[in-house]
Amino acid sequence: MELNQYLSMFIDESREHLQAMNDNLLSLESSPEDVSIVHNIFRSAHTLKGMSATMGFEDLASLTHEMENVLDLVRNHKLKMDSFIFDWIFKSLDALEAMVEDIIQGGTGKLDVTAIVAALKSIVSGDYLKGGAAAAESGSASAKQGAAKEPLLDEFQLSIIQQSIEAGMMVCLIEVSVREDCVLKAARAYMVFNALEQHGEVIKSTPSVEDIEQERFDRSFSVFFVSGTDKETLEKQVSSVSEIEKATVTLVDQAKLDELMNPPAAPAQQEVAAASAVAEAPPEPAKPASQAEAKKPAAGNAPVSNRTIRVDIERLDTLMNLFSELLIDRVRLEQLASEVKRSDLTETVEHMTRVSSDLQNIVLKLRMVPIDTVFNRFPRMIRDVAKTLDKKVDLVITGADTELDRTVIDEIGDPLVHLLRNSVDHGVEPRADRIEAGKSETGTINLRAYHSGNHVFIEIEDDGRGINRDKVLSIAMKNGIVTQDQASKMSDEEVYLLLFASGFSTADKISDISGRGVGLDVVKTKIESLGGVVEVSSKWGKGSKFSVQLPLTLSIISAMLIRLSQEKYAIPLSSIVETSAIKTDQVRVVHGNPMIHYRNSVIPLVSLGKLFDVPNTEDATEGEIQIVVIRKGEKLAALIVDEFIGQQEIVLKSLGKYLTNLFAVSGATILGDGQVALIIDTNALIK
Amino acid sequence: MGEEVKVIVFALAHEEYGVEVEKVRTIERMQPMTRVPKTPEFVKGVINLRGVVTPVIDLRGRFGFPESEYTDNTRIIIVAVKDIEVGLIVDSANDVIDVDTDCIDDPPEIVGGIKAKYLRGIAKITDERLLILLNLEEVLNKSEIIQLESLEE
Repeated sequence: MELNQYLSMFIDESREHLQAMNDNLLSLESSPEDVSIVHNIFRSAHTLKGMSATMGFEDLASLTHEMENVLDLVRNHKLKMDSFIFDWIFKSLDALEAMVEDIIQGGTGKLDVTAIVAALKSIVSGDYLKGGAAAAESGSASAKQGAAKEPLLDEFQLSIIQQSIEAGMMVCLIEVSVREDCVLKAARAYMVFNALEQHGEVIKSTPSVEDIEQERFDRSFSVFFVSGTDKETLEKQVSSVSEIEKATVTLVDQAKLDELMNPPAAPAQQEVAAASAVAEAPPEPAKPASQAEAKKPAAGNAPVSNRTIRVDIERLDTLMNLFSELLIDRVRLEQLASEVKRSDLTETVEHMTRVSSDLQNIVLKLRMVPIDTVFNRFPRMIRDVAKTLDKKVDLVITGADTELDRTVIDEIGDPLVHLLRNSVDHGVEPRADRIEAGKSETGTINLRAYHSGNHVFIEIEDDGRGINRDKVLSIAMKNGIVTQDQASKMSDEEVYLLLFASGFSTADKISDISGRGVGLDVVKTKIESLGGVVEVSSKWGKGSKFSVQLPLTLSIISAMLIRLSQEKYAIPLSSIVETSAIKTDQVRVVHGNPMIHYRNSVIPLVSLGKLFDVPNTEDATEGEIQIVVIRKGEKLAALIVDEFIGQQEIVLKSLGKYLTNLFAVSGATILGDGQVALIIDTNALIK
Repeated sequence: MGEEVKVIVFALAHEEYGVEVEKVRTIERMQPMTRVPKTPEFVKGVINLRGVVTPVIDLRGRFGFPESEYTDNTRIIIVAVKDIEVGLIVDSANDVIDVDTDCIDDPPEIVGGIKAKYLRGIAKITDERLLILLNLEEVLNKSEIIQLESLEE
């Protein structure tokens, strides 16, 4: 059906709204008196409801509707938020998320939410704790249902219009009617509203926006509108929406306003209006103020709202691929230019090199996403985990605007979840222990992200009990991960890294949150597969810090090209410590294995040519040999190569699905001469 | 009269083979390859196919035939099965013909030393001319490569 084209937009936007609601709800939980936050949540819920109803996701719409009812009472000070309400609203959000997720998966977004709806209803009716308020609230709820009979303008709207007129703004009444054969009346109406919001502010619409969004209107609707734009432009804007039959813009001045407010023909309606206006107005003086306040920024943003566009990620990938091709040609051109040795050619190529490296930066930046998209779900998660464990934890996020390549963002979420859960579970002590240790009852977890060089660092630091070196060691020995001998020689950092060994868990009892010993090794594997590194530091009794270092991007890396006999290979620069030449007589043989002295330690020497079965590999028996010292964590090794070709930016390419489980090869790249060079996975070379 | 399928005909060790034309991306001449270490003998390496790194296998080696020198006629047929793209080195590729599906018989147990599971059938073009249709899914079966690897070790 033709709604499909709106589906991706719907999904994106509903995710945004759900996230906004989650965030706002969390901040509301810390300051429950702040009605402006309730307004924000209410607006998100309202938009979501409208959207899902338009798209035909009835369950989604009805659940949001129930939620909205609760929030409506809260924002009108008829209900105070308590933990019961918070829990149920959080649950509703979870259910909504599940529905949206289902829609993304191609489902219909249906979910049994009767329990939640019942709970929300009992909140609205007040049954869940107080019976007294019930009558009044259901009364107001039913008043809301009867929206169609509402007065033309309520007091608040009237005062805005009057003020606007006084301020010399143009106020107008726009009457819009859609064509009879229009299929998606609500969508058209939405487009009209969208067009209008670019130019000013809609004060009031009849029927209500809610009804319009649910297609509960006949063929026409009218809006009161405050704007700085002239009448003709408005008329043109609205009429330009397709399938709109007619749009009449009438200027509203004071006289016209009076006339509208007092239509002689409908006195009865007017009475109702007055009554309800009186009934609603006095107990809530805060409402108009905060509503106006909340509306202001929205109106201010409208003219600049078109600064960003949404682009399908596939297009960006295509752009990236095309750019990679260009990069290969560039390297080729550079080679040719250096052979041809014509100065004007060299200059042109140099210029192209500069332009293309600028272009590379931009293309890479296009794929950058603020890490906030990963971080934003953590506050909620920490809250839930801490609640389950009966701990109090503050999560302090800094650097959420740090940007990372989209591919890294997609992958880094789960490892971080593991680390954070780990911090709450094992790091932060139970409340009683904390008080005993003279710390505040509430634990703090700092989640930081920042750029440094070509890397992004993410740190998770807690002020909990820290890591017990002896305990870690004794478990590691018990599980056969290290021997007594090794254990006594290990530095603190090495000991902490044992946490990441597979089959390791220091938790005395297995909890739901973590402690099955399958978490951290998965984290490490994942981060390493992203080309990153994990480090741990800790102070007993003071807390521990997990630091994750990630490359900015996964698609272009700096590498050292080397030659083995006739074959060329690339070694990622990130794993190279040093390149140097040594004399053959410096090679020692220990236990049958060649070793060399390197910075006060003895490291293994590996002949890459032999390891890779490169044809015509000969061992140099005298003179010098070229070596590359590589690193995996703290361990080093030296690789023998025949020649260093040079350092280059290379584009990572996969070897396809046919060749998998390759030994010590992580991918390939295409060199300037069109040849494929394999990229060596140095991690596989160090045991 | 059954349906007609278009088939690319290639030669391998004096026999004629066919693969469906939809599964063939392009046919390339021999070109320099980058050897990939620690792979089965028949994996000849990877080539740069217009920016895509594509593995190439020698079909003779894959079927256990003796490998021969590459000549001017040697071709690499790039085939795609599901999301796997692989180049097959064959002695020559020379024809595209229509085969009537009715003329395709089930493969006999052994044809020229190739196990029956690699074959989709035998098509009789004329009385003298037989065409062996390959079952590419099986030819490119990865689990078998892994088996081979473990045997070698």
